[in-house]
Amino acid sequence: MFRFSSLVIAVVAASLVILGASVAYRASAATAGQGSQSQLAVNIADDAFKPPSLVVQAGTRVTWTNADDDPHTVTTDKSLFDSRGLARGDSFSYVFRKPGTYAYYCKVHPFMKGVVIVKGAHS
Amino acid sequence: MNVNRGKFLECMAWCGTAVVYSLTAGGLAGRALGYELPTTARASSFVQISDTHVGFHGDANADVLHTFQQAIDKINALPVRPDFVMHTGDLSHLSKPEQFDTVKQMFGTIKAGAVYAVPGEHDVIDDRGTRYFSMFGRGGIKPWYSFDAAGVHALALTNVLDLKVGGFLGRDQLEWARADLAKQKASTPIAVFAHIPLYAAYPEWGWTTNDYLELITHLRRFDSVTVLNGHIHQVLSKVDGNITFYTADSTAFPQPKPGSEPRPHPLKVPAGVLGQYLGIRTVNIQPVSHSIAVADLTLSS
Repeated sequence: MFRFSSLVIAVVAASLVILGASVAYRASAATAGQGSQSQLAVNIADDAFKPPSLVVQAGTRVTWTNADDDPHTVTTDKSLFDSRGLARGDSFSYVFRKPGTYAYYCKVHPFMKGVVIVKGAHS
Repeated sequence: MNVNRGKFLECMAWCGTAVVYSLTAGGLAGRALGYELPTTARASSFVQISDTHVGFHGDANADVLHTFQQAIDKINALPVRPDFVMHTGDLSHLSKPEQFDTVKQMFGTIKAGAVYAVPGEHDVIDDRGTRYFSMFGRGGIKPWYSFDAAGVHALALTNVLDLKVGGFLGRDQLEWARADLAKQKASTPIAVFAHIPLYAAYPEWGWTTNDYLELITHLRRFDSVTVLNGHIHQVLSKVDGNITFYTADSTAFPQPKPGSEPRPHPLKVPAGVLGQYLGIRTVNIQPVSHSIAVADLTLSS
């Protein structure tokens, strides 16, 4: 029963977040400076996300770029987004529209972990 | 490297500059350089290659297809055609269809009884290996399988799904391995293949498999077990009773020695000596004694 409830909550929560967030896409398909969006960059280097934690306002686009020879991914536990394999020089962007704490990791190197904390937009 | 457990030294290797480990009943017995060709006997043999990383573009190797081709040429030039070749993972760098296609085509040029593979974590990046298993899997819907060839019973395992700090076999696979091994005679030589080391090669860098100990308990009763892994792009070995563990050189680029740098990464070596850090491995099995000789041949040898 507990498991079932947790699953339902997780699914509902994930659905709400997905509704609130734009679809993720690669930076190569992105255009810079969308309206009032702010942007932040995370460098992936030496098997680490740099910086490993970010605090951003809702609506911020975060772009990860892999500087390593090894491929990395930017992946959330709850399948909210997954960059798929990033070769050296590849980027992945995601716009965080809904406040919350978003933990992510690299599927190829699961010890690589990062977090984005999204604060409510200015009211 | 521990070479003090020896009972006898068996002279068989294929190449003048090979590093040779000889062992009997799973025990590492000796090491030497510069053997001559074996003159006796129809030993069975197989070859291990590993970590080809087709699609890699970096300073550590400007042309991984060239070095892969050199490895294939080396196999095809062996005096005795191997019963099979096993690739122990990271065929591709990024699990891309065109990378797998290239590997498949090049596998087709290998002169051997069969070519098998197990996946590395680079082969299962975006789809938990669906594409990889459709092209290279031999276990039906399961990502593991066993077969009998070259006088050994071989287990081909997948420990790159659901990675923990290191590799992970998982409940279903361990149970399958237990049942599969239970059907084998203790005198049958066992070979176990997986990408990430199935022992604690260097846990600080994830060079281990979290649940390997349970697998080892199923291997203890056999007279001779040879565990062959990739992932760490260098030759290490360890003897544990009747079980001998070996990691293999890559065909693409080396990685640092354990603990020599803050973290593992594709290691750039001086131009012209890359071939000394890459190689193939031959494994020779004598018919009656079941003694096993493992030889690592560098691409420059």
